[in-house]
Amino acid sequence: MQTAEKDESLKTLREIHSIMDRSARFISLSGWSGVWAGCIALAGAYIAHNWVVAQRHAYYSDAQFVLLALGVLVVAIIGGYYFTARKAKQNGQTLWNSASRQMLTNMAIPLAAGGVFSFALLLNGEEMYIAPAFLTFYGLSLINGGRYTLSEIRYLGYLELILGAANLFFLGYGLLFWVIGFGILHILYGIFMWNKYDNRQAEE
Amino acid sequence: MNPIEHLNKIFDSRIRIGIMSALIVNESLNFNDLKSLIDVTDGNLATHLKTLEEHKYIKVQKGFIGRKTNTLYTITSAGSKAFRAHLEALEKIIKGIG
Repeated sequence: MQTAEKDESLKTLREIHSIMDRSARFISLSGWSGVWAGCIALAGAYIAHNWVVAQRHAYYSDAQFVLLALGVLVVAIIGGYYFTARKAKQNGQTLWNSASRQMLTNMAIPLAAGGVFSFALLLNGEEMYIAPAFLTFYGLSLINGGRYTLSEIRYLGYLELILGAANLFFLGYGLLFWVIGFGILHILYGIFMWNKYDNRQAEE
Repeated sequence: MNPIEHLNKIFDSRIRIGIMSALIVNESLNFNDLKSLIDVTDGNLATHLKTLEEHKYIKVQKGFIGRKTNTLYTITSAGSKAFRAHLEALEKIIKGIG
């Protein structure tokens, strides 16, 4: 067999695998997005904690806590979007492609179900179940969306599931579990991913 | 038998290989998705898509998003079979079996 043909075939196969990978997976998720989301979650938890402590003198309604949570979500998403858009630009990848659409749709479905579920828990006065429920739905969302992006995000999903389940057995500690699940895990995951992908790219 | 004979002539082009690689791992993709994956001009991509369609390796569905046309490309079972055979032939060449 001719070596030239072998080399040519090897090159073609590599290109095929690269296109398969790039078309089926959104690889521009930035590690910084995770670190950012984690920090915002910690800041939000700190405010919520202060409100809970101050609850003896002042009254904070459920609606205020929900607004705080939504505010945290929005700020986390804006920052996450910014860092990911920046990385996509560096990679020469488009942000809005078939892989990112698949990833977002597959993440949105469990998240939307979790949102409705948590809202119903709140209406029924079962606040203590909201943290474990949302951690669980968030974990499912990451596992579901993880098929269309860097596979490590699925491990983050498994950890969130474990935390959500654990929280069910320590019901009064929802805020602590949120700090771990949304704050610390995101930061650790972000640093890990940054180290593994972004950092290496910067060196090249 | 020489595995080079099993290489499909239609997949001689880098662009057609690119289109098939993307479509085999996705349910369907639109024109812009394909364009962003493969480094190619609009006209060139359209020509190669046409060739693949003529060989019944891909299916074309014309649709709309609002008022903009959104044409979706899907791999056919014949296309998927042919492309897999081509991949196998490439792998055999690399392994030096033949």
